[in-house]
Amino acid sequence: MELFTPEFGLVFWMFIAFIVLFLILGKFAWPVILKNMDERADTIDKGVEYAQQAKHQLDHAREEAQKYMEEAQAKQAEMLRDAAKMKTQIIEEAKQQAGVEAQKVMDAAKVSIEQSRKEAELQFRNEVSKFSIEIAEKMLRGQMKEDAAQVKLVDKLLDEIEKN
Amino acid sequence: MRRLLFILPLLMALLFPQNIFASGDGHEDEKEALDVKEIIFHHLGDGYGWEVPFSHVYRIPLPVIVRAQDGAWFCFSSAKLTEVTVFENEATGKKTEELTPVIHEVEKNGKTYRFYLAHVSEHKNKVVELFQLDGKDQEATKAEAAKLLAEKGGDAHHVVVPGYCMVGDEYYKEYRPFDISITKNVLALLIAAVLVTWMVMSVARYYARKGMKAPRKGMGFMEMLIDFIYTGVIKSSLGAKANKFAPYLLTCFFFILTMNLLGLIVIFPGGANLTGNIAITLVLAVMTFIVTNVLGTKHYWKEIFWPDVPLFLKFPLPIMQMIEVFGIFTKPAALCVRLFANMMGGHMIVITLTLLIFIFAAFGAAALGASTVVSVLFTIFMLLLDVLVSFIQAYVFTLLSALFISAGQEDGHHHKDAEGNDVAPEVEA
Repeated sequence: MELFTPEFGLVFWMFIAFIVLFLILGKFAWPVILKNMDERADTIDKGVEYAQQAKHQLDHAREEAQKYMEEAQAKQAEMLRDAAKMKTQIIEEAKQQAGVEAQKVMDAAKVSIEQSRKEAELQFRNEVSKFSIEIAEKMLRGQMKEDAAQVKLVDKLLDEIEKN
Repeated sequence: MRRLLFILPLLMALLFPQNIFASGDGHEDEKEALDVKEIIFHHLGDGYGWEVPFSHVYRIPLPVIVRAQDGAWFCFSSAKLTEVTVFENEATGKKTEELTPVIHEVEKNGKTYRFYLAHVSEHKNKVVELFQLDGKDQEATKAEAAKLLAEKGGDAHHVVVPGYCMVGDEYYKEYRPFDISITKNVLALLIAAVLVTWMVMSVARYYARKGMKAPRKGMGFMEMLIDFIYTGVIKSSLGAKANKFAPYLLTCFFFILTMNLLGLIVIFPGGANLTGNIAITLVLAVMTFIVTNVLGTKHYWKEIFWPDVPLFLKFPLPIMQMIEVFGIFTKPAALCVRLFANMMGGHMIVITLTLLIFIFAAFGAAALGASTVVSVLFTIFMLLLDVLVSFIQAYVFTLLSALFISAGQEDGHHHKDAEGNDVAPEVEA
């Protein structure tokens, strides 16, 4: 049974061929191939993950932008409202302040008017008293032109003093 | 399909016109009789030359490397062992060329060495060294041959006397030299090895040239196969130790696959029945045996010599040990025989189916036509099946090798996990 008895020559060559093949491929081919296949698989995995993340972020970004815009609009409206409110408030305040100022001015005017009046009155009184004195002086001069009248007056005044 | 049925017989008729009609005409002399067994074994076996298509005579000569009985080495072309002789059929006048063995005489160191491709000998179809017999011994050998002929019967020209080789009518003492010739199988083996190196190295070089780009076409197919074996077989059975054994297992797979597929190609670079040769599968199995046992862990050896079984099974009569030790050898033996038998069986069926044409040719043209169509269809089917078997057997060999190796890499943790606690054999006893 030639088929079932291994031939030495073939065993010998097979052994050598296999060992050489194994050493060559085991050193130069298989580790390189396996490493690179692994690396590429990792790269692809990472790429897919990155793409998914990017897509997620993109979708998210749209939502976020929408949200920001809405927020901005709301803020804008609020600000407008605030501004309007502030405007009316400022006007109101200004009005009030103007009123107060006017009152003050009016009060001051009143006081000064009063003062002026008083001064005028005082001046008037002084004038009036001056005039009345002048008038009395004039009247006295007129009456005392005669010596009899003067002696009569002196007698009268002396009488008065004696009575006292 | 209908066209195919028409073309195939035509093709066969074109290819083998002489054989068909020579046999069909009923001229069945000794030379043309079909020795089916001989043809099958010739195709399955090894040879010192490589047949070229459409010729039984011309062969690609290969170097014969032998060490003679006295230790001298010889290397010569296999063409020196044969010569083409022309036979003329006397009845028909048809000339046929036959390849007949001749004695190749070499002078070396003042001595004549004779090498011969044995035919009527114990070492049929192998190179033997011949030693001339003197007259007395010649007579004695012939007498023994006559005795053997009388005992066993058969052809007077084909009496094998052990230790002797018949050349013409003379007997020579024969010596089967230490033979490491580059035979057909060895050359096919080297071609397969070169092919595998080229295929795998081109994948490895691809990364240097193209970096991370995805490979296409052939390269992609190679990578797919590598990944299929690496993730599907090696990683799943060896786990963390996958990278340590991946080079061996991947080399095994691709070498076997290439040899299997090359064997299915009919002409020159293929056609050698490599993996259907027990020497090849034996070496592969021995490799797995070595890898499994040399790199086996302590736990693996403990399981063999002191397995976790009741004490009476292992002491005083080492029943389990005997079974386990036997198992060490039967596992690779099964690997060896499985691959060998599958591939050889496939080749044998294909050859037999093809030979059916020539067997049925004897029954006339109608039988010939019918058998041609049937056997060609069956042959094609078988060859396709063999392509599948080539893959499956390479895969199975790798898978089982991986499993055997992983059994040798057990470190006992799995056992511990399964049991829940570490059951030491002493405690158990």
